[in-house]
Amino acid sequence: MQLELSEDDQEFRAQMREFFTTEVSEEIRRTVIEGRELTHDQIVEAQRTLNAAGLAVPHWPEEYGGRGWSELRRHLWHEEMQRAGVPTPLAFNASMIGPVIAQFGTEEQKQEYLPKTANLDIWWSQGFSEPDAGSDLASLRTTAVRDGDHWVVNGQKTWTTLGQYGDWIFTLVRTDPEVKKQAGISMLLIDMTSPGLEVRPIELIDGGHEVNEVWFTDVRVPAANLVGELNGGWTIAKFLLGNERVGVAPVGATKRILARAKDLAKDTSDGEGGTLLDDPLVRARIVELENELLALELTALRVVAHSSDGEPHPASSVLKLKGTELQQAVSELMVDLAGPASVASGAGDDSDLPDWARTVTPTYLNLRKASIYGGSNEIQRQIISRTILGL
Amino acid sequence: MDFTYDDEQVALRDAVRGLVGKAYGDYERRRQVVKEDPGFDEKQWSRLAEMGILGLPFSEEDGGVGAGPVEIGIVCQELGRTIAPEPFLASVVLAGGLVAAAGTPEQRAEVLGALAAGDSVLAFAHDEPGRRWGAAAESVTAAQDGGSWTLTGVKEPVLHGARADVLVVSAALPGGGTGAFLVAGDAEGLSRAGYPTYDGGRAARVALDQTPAVPLGAPGLDLSGSIATVLDITRIMAANQSLGAMQTLLGATTDYLKSRKQFGVTLNHFQALTFRAADMYTSLELTHSLVDWATMVISAGTPEEVAAAAARVSLQVSRGGRHVGQEAIQLHGGIAMTAEYHVGMYVAHLTALDHLFGDGDHQVRKLSATVADYDLLDPLDR
Repeated sequence: MQLELSEDDQEFRAQMREFFTTEVSEEIRRTVIEGRELTHDQIVEAQRTLNAAGLAVPHWPEEYGGRGWSELRRHLWHEEMQRAGVPTPLAFNASMIGPVIAQFGTEEQKQEYLPKTANLDIWWSQGFSEPDAGSDLASLRTTAVRDGDHWVVNGQKTWTTLGQYGDWIFTLVRTDPEVKKQAGISMLLIDMTSPGLEVRPIELIDGGHEVNEVWFTDVRVPAANLVGELNGGWTIAKFLLGNERVGVAPVGATKRILARAKDLAKDTSDGEGGTLLDDPLVRARIVELENELLALELTALRVVAHSSDGEPHPASSVLKLKGTELQQAVSELMVDLAGPASVASGAGDDSDLPDWARTVTPTYLNLRKASIYGGSNEIQRQIISRTILGL
Repeated sequence: MDFTYDDEQVALRDAVRGLVGKAYGDYERRRQVVKEDPGFDEKQWSRLAEMGILGLPFSEEDGGVGAGPVEIGIVCQELGRTIAPEPFLASVVLAGGLVAAAGTPEQRAEVLGALAAGDSVLAFAHDEPGRRWGAAAESVTAAQDGGSWTLTGVKEPVLHGARADVLVVSAALPGGGTGAFLVAGDAEGLSRAGYPTYDGGRAARVALDQTPAVPLGAPGLDLSGSIATVLDITRIMAANQSLGAMQTLLGATTDYLKSRKQFGVTLNHFQALTFRAADMYTSLELTHSLVDWATMVISAGTPEEVAAAAARVSLQVSRGGRHVGQEAIQLHGGIAMTAEYHVGMYVAHLTALDHLFGDGDHQVRKLSATVADYDLLDPLDR
């Protein structure tokens, strides 16, 4: 056992920290640190800055821009990025469809899509969930029927995150309704400007527009846009969702927000001559959260340090579950620190209330999603109890 | 950053697991042993000595093996897995640790040599009625007359205080500060009343009445710094022991859920129960990570870093240990309430470890004092 990083890894970490804190637009980082919403252009700009330096898709195969890093280095890259307030590369591109095309795509698909995906020249949307197929993804109903050189797609997807910015959407569609439900699914890449494709916004509890419904009415998709084998979509989905769990515990970002909570508590009066950070209960809550985050961070390090032998470390199932719980708990603390100012989410520029206090409640409400997406935390408990504990 | 044991550490783990597993793998054996005084098996104590376990932390000059914290942690985890009653934590880690930190070379060779050989049991008499979890002594005072010292006052509870051949006693010094003294088990003016603790352990009330004592290290020296650090190391080792006990509890609980039938099916058919077991696993793995980390901090860190790591791991073990322990009983149902079955006793032992050296709330209070002094915690920045 060894407490310190190796010298090489320490140096790597310092390089990452240096790059993220000096080379990525300060205004973008400040937007993230202060908890405001990033624009489309800011997300694109950040990813292009990373891509130009070879830091957008380090986990891809090396011939498509990957860096061949150890799991530990990928972890350090990810944590330093979050700590610096750098937007992580768009997950739909970098973590989902990119690795899928690199693994399952045809040579033409790789040449066509991978460079644009890494550079966010194409903004991908995810078309998996449907109204009756959430955690039970295999129940999806959107159909694709072959017609000459095309597929004709009909149906509806939902929860399509940032679909309003999407150029293309990767979808799971039912291509054989006769076989058992996992066996008749395929993956199609669909240009979102295709006739018959319509994106409709869904308003969420935080008042924002983050997710959408995507409707397909006789959308014609070239046959060449099928990824992998016909009816082989379930294998691809499992591969993709397996990737999705990597880096799913946002330890670095949650630590940064907790550190900010301390700063803000220091600057906020408790109404009785002291600051909120003088309040023993506030201090106690912060201590408990810091300790749980420390335990989680060390668990993440245990997992990445052990993953070289190919087998996923069993403790990795803890990361999504606990990571999202702590992310939510810290957002809850922020709302409580803001107190009455937390209701002023709709206040305009003439408000005397601080920006942070006006954004914390929408963030808190928005983050309720974290324990639902990516395999709900109940699904994670199911994985732990079945596959690890053998129950 | 590496959380894996090397080959020698794996061999040590397997050897200790073999020895204590043979002794206490059958829980009934442990139950019989703790019924009789001294509350542990003297023969097992000798076997641990023969294996070099009792001298593990001490230097070779002092009659020990010179192993590091990771090795000590491995032993504690294995003892925790079977809740072996031998006083390794109280005698070797705590009392022996203080002698190693503060004793003169002669004292170390004599006291630790006998401890390592299995010829002597040590106890650290530090807690005093009416106060808790500090490094200072108050109600037991030391007096000096020429070159000789005497101690007066009451220490309680003292782990294994009745059985100990030599007591290491902390006392308030005439010139201020806290010293530590060696007191022979048969010293004049020493009276000891031993009793069992609820987890099958042993503790004692130790009363001193102008009892002759030998200063540990240089006479009159304030040792509260050394005492604090040894207590911190003991907290981390107690956490290792708790981790072992938590692992057994989760294993017993999953086995039970798979075998116990109710309503015609085994309990693992009820999702409400399996989800609670999944949460126990989460608590256990988070605890495991913090225990390994804190154990590594002992050799790499400053006393301040060790103190912080001890507080953090104690907090995690307090919260996680209570969660895993309470759920283990609940998921077993009534069987876990009986003394014949091991689960309840493991929970009792976790409860004792939680309260001996500072519970979770105490650690939160301590950590709260400095929480405004830094921005974020970073275990990789040292």
